[in-house]
Amino acid sequence: MTDLTLGRAAGPSLKQRRQRAAFWFLAPMLIALFCVAAWPLLRTIWFSMTDASLSSMYEAEWIGFDNYLSVRTLSSGRVVFRGTLVDPHWWNAVWNTVRFALISVGFETAFGLIVALVMNAEFKGRGLVRAAILIPWAIPTIVSAKMWGWMLNDQFGIINDILLGVGLIDQKIAWTASVDTAMTAVLIVDIWKTTPFMALLILAGLQMVPRDIYEAARLDGVHPVKVFFRITLPLIKPALMVAVIFRMLDALRIFDLVYVLTPNSAATKTMSVISRENMIDFDKFAYGAAQSTLLFAIIAVFVSLYIWLGRVDLSGDSQR
Amino acid sequence: MAKIELKNVTKSYGAVEVIKGIDLEIRKGEFMVFVGPSGCGKSTLLRLVSGLEEITSGDLLFDDQKVNHLVPSDRGIAMVFQSYALYPHMKVYDNMAFGMKLARADKAETDRRVREAAGLLQIEHLLDRLPKQLSGGQRQRVAIGRAIVRDPRVFLFDEPLSNLDAALRVQTRLEIAKLHHAMRDTTMIYVTHDQVEAMTLADRIAVLRDGKLEQVGTPAELYENPNSTFVAGFIGSPKMNFLTGSFADAKGCATLGARPEHIELTPDGSGEWQGEVVHAEDLGSDNYLFVEIGADEPLVVRQPGKLAIPYGSQVSLQPQAQHLHRFGADGQPLR
Repeated sequence: MTDLTLGRAAGPSLKQRRQRAAFWFLAPMLIALFCVAAWPLLRTIWFSMTDASLSSMYEAEWIGFDNYLSVRTLSSGRVVFRGTLVDPHWWNAVWNTVRFALISVGFETAFGLIVALVMNAEFKGRGLVRAAILIPWAIPTIVSAKMWGWMLNDQFGIINDILLGVGLIDQKIAWTASVDTAMTAVLIVDIWKTTPFMALLILAGLQMVPRDIYEAARLDGVHPVKVFFRITLPLIKPALMVAVIFRMLDALRIFDLVYVLTPNSAATKTMSVISRENMIDFDKFAYGAAQSTLLFAIIAVFVSLYIWLGRVDLSGDSQR
Repeated sequence: MAKIELKNVTKSYGAVEVIKGIDLEIRKGEFMVFVGPSGCGKSTLLRLVSGLEEITSGDLLFDDQKVNHLVPSDRGIAMVFQSYALYPHMKVYDNMAFGMKLARADKAETDRRVREAAGLLQIEHLLDRLPKQLSGGQRQRVAIGRAIVRDPRVFLFDEPLSNLDAALRVQTRLEIAKLHHAMRDTTMIYVTHDQVEAMTLADRIAVLRDGKLEQVGTPAELYENPNSTFVAGFIGSPKMNFLTGSFADAKGCATLGARPEHIELTPDGSGEWQGEVVHAEDLGSDNYLFVEIGADEPLVVRQPGKLAIPYGSQVSLQPQAQHLHRFGADGQPLR
């Protein structure tokens, strides 16, 4: 008891002092995060419940959930549903985005894993290869989208030229303009661009695996394929899961590549693209805000599900 | 159970020759220790025997059968690594059973062998834990257990005690000695840089230096008849005192070796060497006196029991003539 009273008389305990110091260290970041993340998010959610338009943002009036869904019964007795949730363009964009995210992240993970395994092996010029492989990722998306746009061009693009030359196709394909191929074009460019990033994250995980474990496996006489599935894969799973989350978040809000490579194609319009279109092009600011809010909600649900189902350990406690 | 023969074995990495022609026969069921300073090639030699590294030239024979190009898993060996090399995502049981499981061994047989090894090492209660939940000593036991389950012809240890603290090291050393007694038929090769481990565990010791064999023999042989100043200095603790100049000339050699335990204090002042005590270490059971007698380094003298010799006092010392080692200018012993 005496100890306690003494401690109190001498001011805050060591633990309290540490917590206070931690708070002050965190404060600048919390403030910055509030200004650039929380505030815009809250504003968007607020706008989504108003009738704001670009020209009348500050005279906006509260209309509740009408931007999402409103039900009105006409005098004729007909029931009319309106709002984003019954907008076929919106659901087309949702489907486009989800499809894009699943396919691109799937391929990027598979290719990234292969590239990472190769880069993890020892060979001459490995440093050079590691640097070179990052180039697609280092190029700004706008630049690479434009570059691929030229390469995929139906009239004078090199890709059509090559495919014609080898005889794989017998007439030029409008890769980015045709509804059938636009999504494929976007996928190809995104996979080309982001596989290096995935490979790098996985490589970091691979390099955490101690070498002697592989030697123990060699002494155990384990077949290399089994070594990969029974030892390597389980050990890099945490890194792999985190890499997939990162990419998933990125892919679900894809905007720039689609906007530059295949503007205005219904086959590739994503949630981000369509909400921007409504906000700016169609002057339906509040409607676009509602779609942005939904996008946020969908990403949140996706990632929570993934973390929960995959038991991803973001706290890093399992890493000894 | 295997006899292992190395015939003029060499290993090079590019232009660098690490193992420079080693001839050695390791007998069936023998506990052989490779010892030497770091960089002498002892670990490389072990890895050549294991097959983790390929021999550049020469022959490696297990029971008269050439195994140069046999993959590690076909050599009938098991290895315990310094860093344990346990599979971190598998429970202790699975770590030990992994090799047999993948070889599609009978389940009951696997279970029996795992439990038997666990019983031998007293780790039955740890079978359901993950490696990260174990202490260093427990991990090393699991690693040894995993090796036992393989039922190897040859058991290889690569500095298995280096990552353990001093007390645990002594305890685990004892367990490895017990293991050797329990597995009399299994040939064991043990790599260490610690001569105490080598002396306490080995049937025979191979001292390596710069990729070459310096001397092979029982611990007693190496201690009593070192065939170079290198071995003489490496085996024994504290280290053998080396005297040159007039001290050596008096005995007709270039270098005179005298172990600290073979020098006596002569209180009546009749000793051969006189000097001043410059430092003393009291280990409780022993005293190490550092005496300046005019040689290159202070002479270390080991005296049992309690001594009350103040710093700076003059002492007279007498080496035991029958235990002196005389070496020629080339570092070889003079007989």
